[in-house]
Amino acid sequence: MIYWQLFISFLQVGLFSIGGGYASLPIIQSRIVEQHGWLDMAEFTDLITIAEMTPGPIALNAATFVGTRIGGLPGALAATFGCIFPALILVSLLAFVYYRYKKLTVVQSVLGSLRPVVVALIASAGLGIMLSVAFGGRAYAPENLDIAGVVLFVLALAALRKLKTNPILTMAACGAVYAAVHLIVP
Amino acid sequence: MENEQNKTQSDSQGRPAASKAALLRQIFLSMLVISGFTFGGGFVIVSLMKKKFVDELHWIDEPEMLDLVALAQSSPGSIAVNAAILVGWRVCGTAGMAVAVLGTIIPPLVILSVISLIYEAFASNRYVALFLKGMQAGVAAVIIDVVAGLGSKVLREKSPLHIGMMAAAFIAVFFFKVNVIHVILAALALGVALAFIRKKENFVS
Repeated sequence: MIYWQLFISFLQVGLFSIGGGYASLPIIQSRIVEQHGWLDMAEFTDLITIAEMTPGPIALNAATFVGTRIGGLPGALAATFGCIFPALILVSLLAFVYYRYKKLTVVQSVLGSLRPVVVALIASAGLGIMLSVAFGGRAYAPENLDIAGVVLFVLALAALRKLKTNPILTMAACGAVYAAVHLIVP
Repeated sequence: MENEQNKTQSDSQGRPAASKAALLRQIFLSMLVISGFTFGGGFVIVSLMKKKFVDELHWIDEPEMLDLVALAQSSPGSIAVNAAILVGWRVCGTAGMAVAVLGTIIPPLVILSVISLIYEAFASNRYVALFLKGMQAGVAAVIIDVVAGLGSKVLREKSPLHIGMMAAAFIAVFFFKVNVIHVILAALALGVALAFIRKKENFVS
């Protein structure tokens, strides 16, 4: 029974969080914290911290975090499956429509105008992360500048563009170098 | 630069020609690694997927990847899972979709199960915090690298309309914090309107 409730609650999270990432937080709060009381507000805040510190989408992280607490591993599986269930159906439908009709003039025109916009969206996300690296979420002032972070960013970008390094290894190397630098020069 | 030429040469290929089991294994492992290292929002995973499936494996061409990103972003649920569904389906049908989704959900499932047990120690560990902070610099570099490649293509098309839309969308989202969904809907509406305007022009001429 509890598994069914987990499944349905996270199905709602999966269905109503359009746009991914933080768009799912208000729905998680309404279903999980307020409706079922599976987490209190402090645990909900912990969840956001963990989601930011670990890989994977926030909604899936929440599904495992809540599911494990309420019903162990089966709970985590029920919640995770509920979370991806609406996407499995709706996105495969969309994929079908896209491949069937993408040759139509109207669809071509729509896709043509969507592509540059998607590039802009990715650029905006990237620049946001870059600023948060450079200033650590503080005011954009010279004294808040994290020089090690900025240098690492420039080196990583140069390595990716010129040497075509593996992106995941580059990211991990940045983490290791940053930690090492801060341990040597506290 | 020479890398981009290679890209266009293999663009016209359809579904990749390898045995189905090998393909499925590669989709699964690629998504497992990408999902296991995707710190941050959906656009990070989308950038990594573009590098893997477009630049490295040449399974999908660049405009199609951008279409898939737009679809993933405008559908309910997390962008990572939606993009995995689309790419898996595109490369290897329903089986490809299933293994791509499995690869995407296993890392958060495993990592979160472990971390929810040792949360206090994890969140307050100094080394973990430093490593994650440094990794953000690498994440930003990966995204900017992908954007530089994609953006320069849009600029080289020399379509004032597309360049203008790219600039307007960036300003709206980055500076004015306009909801991403609204920006996509606006682009969609503009695309439909343009199609009808062009059609009318064709009738006149």
